Amino acid sequence: MEPTKDQLLDIFKTMSTIRAFESKAVELFAAGKLPGFVHLYLGEEAVATGVCANLTIKDYITSTHRGHGHLIAKGGKIDLMMAELFGKKTGYCKGKGGSMHIADVDLGILGANGIVGAGQPISVGAAFACKYRKTDSVTVCFFGDGASNRGTFHESLNMASVWKLPVIFVAENNMYGISNSQKTSMNVADIADRAAAYGIPGVAVDGNDVIAVFEAASEAVKRARRGDGPTLIECKTWRWRGHFEGDPSVYKKPEDQESWLKKDPIPRLEAKLVDLKYATQPELDKIKSEIKAQVEDAVKFAEESALPDIEDVLTDVYAN
Amino acid sequence: MAEMTYAEAIRDGMRQEMKRDRNVYLYGEDVGIFGGCFGVTAGLFQEFGPERVIDTPITETAIAGSAVGAAAAGLRPIAEIMFVDFMGVCMDEILNQAAKMRYMFGGKAKLPMVIRTPCGAGFSAAAQHSQTLEAWFTHIPGLKVVMPGTAADGKGLMEAAIRDDNPVIFIEHKVLLGAKGEVPEGEYLVPIGKADIKREGTDVTIVAWSLMLSKALAAAESLAQEGISAEVLDPRSLVPLDKEAILNSVKKTGKLVIVHEAVRTSGFGGEIAAIVADEGFDLLDAPIKRVTAPDTPIPFSPVLESAYIPSEEKIIKAVKELF
Repeated sequence: MEPTKDQLLDIFKTMSTIRAFESKAVELFAAGKLPGFVHLYLGEEAVATGVCANLTIKDYITSTHRGHGHLIAKGGKIDLMMAELFGKKTGYCKGKGGSMHIADVDLGILGANGIVGAGQPISVGAAFACKYRKTDSVTVCFFGDGASNRGTFHESLNMASVWKLPVIFVAENNMYGISNSQKTSMNVADIADRAAAYGIPGVAVDGNDVIAVFEAASEAVKRARRGDGPTLIECKTWRWRGHFEGDPSVYKKPEDQESWLKKDPIPRLEAKLVDLKYATQPELDKIKSEIKAQVEDAVKFAEESALPDIEDVLTDVYAN
Repeated sequence: MAEMTYAEAIRDGMRQEMKRDRNVYLYGEDVGIFGGCFGVTAGLFQEFGPERVIDTPITETAIAGSAVGAAAAGLRPIAEIMFVDFMGVCMDEILNQAAKMRYMFGGKAKLPMVIRTPCGAGFSAAAQHSQTLEAWFTHIPGLKVVMPGTAADGKGLMEAAIRDDNPVIFIEHKVLLGAKGEVPEGEYLVPIGKADIKREGTDVTIVAWSLMLSKALAAAESLAQEGISAEVLDPRSLVPLDKEAILNSVKKTGKLVIVHEAVRTSGFGGEIAAIVADEGFDLLDAPIKRVTAPDTPIPFSPVLESAYIPSEEKIIKAVKELF
């Protein structure tokens, strides 16, 4: 199903928020303000946004080490996210998780995850809970091309398919698992082909075309809500940055990088919005500058927030 | 009270909680019509139906990982991993997911899940089906580790584990499954983290859990005939550990022997010895002794296996070395 005007404008705002948040993270990391590892989603905004535009607050997602985009698309608050990146007490995880572990269970975000592929069986469990309770909620599992080679992928797709669970597996194929190209890691061109092994639909789409992602996800979410089981959607995309900030990406060919930069999903969406007369370019530019200001506010919030209390090292290990 | 086997008691604990709370469900390999590889879940499929007692494919990673997701989404799964030896197959789901989610998320998640799994040698099942691996899990903050040694504790700890809002590794012993005991009927809870003095004594404290509890009790009986009064303490859960109870007992006896079926090096006995050396050094009037399996894989041949497993005789010998 095609997105409506309102949906498409919301999608534009979400993608622009992810772009602004991640662009700011580049600067902040370079300035030495963010401890630890930061894995950025720049260039892949259409995937999380196109998928999550089909979800409600009652649906779940599992995310990855490259999770900021998924969290924003599922409604995560950028000030709390930014504070977590800074390791502050006001952050989503009170400074205990950092970029790789941000979660908001109340929004259905079951966490970014530092282990490649670990979100897959977790998503199956959340989907099981949705079905067990006889709700029509669904779970979306985001993972990369690298995670498609883990044993968790097989066990999760097998269990989800045999039990017809309401889960949508979204393979974000950004062509590289750290430095290893997909071509050296698997003997199939399309991860989506692996769906056949589980007797479920597999669809490969242009992950830089947010409308294509939206439509594929819309079908899959409807199927899951109907009780017809999982779908595997492969979104072909490209990560603009290194695996983490600080990785110079020597393994990527400059011509590939250049050609993918030309497929930037945001100008493509802007052209569509203008073409459909949903907005004028100056209106879109104004939205983008408002979003940049919101990100600056989030940074200010993070910078002015208190550091965690040392005593908090010992809390939150167990629920009472 | 009713006489039940350890397996029946654990099953009754699950049954009580499944009747009480529809969010509780049970799943794992062959737990349905087959009743579990060791029969512990027998009859639950018929009683609660296929929606709540669910056979899985052979898929330990998806069993443990989906328990994490279902618990995060509000259910209370009881997942069975057929042998504790197979926990290696799903260790990431336990080590990096179940144990850490709450902390990593700043306390904003709870994971009420139980992983039931049997341990122990005694059936010539050899090195991949006989291990006792509690120490792995005690080394991971965020997990609770429970090891009942009697039928009544099996039931009461199972009910407490299901009601606990944390991941609980519930380790059953294969040799104990048929052991009979008096078990309270109806709802019965044994608090996790509270040791039980199974036999009072004055001359030496023997700390033992799971199957080793019954061997320690037999040893204590023999020692009594030789004039040595042994107190036998079962911690019942290793995390949290009732260290006060252990220190109080050592205060009374001045001597400590720790018995576990797991291999010696980095076994949980070393942790208990360290706690007592650190916090109860002045209470001791003899060295702390450990009776454990040797640092080898578990052998197959019955003669080798029985030499491997800590015995009543080895416990008696260790105790006598202190006098």
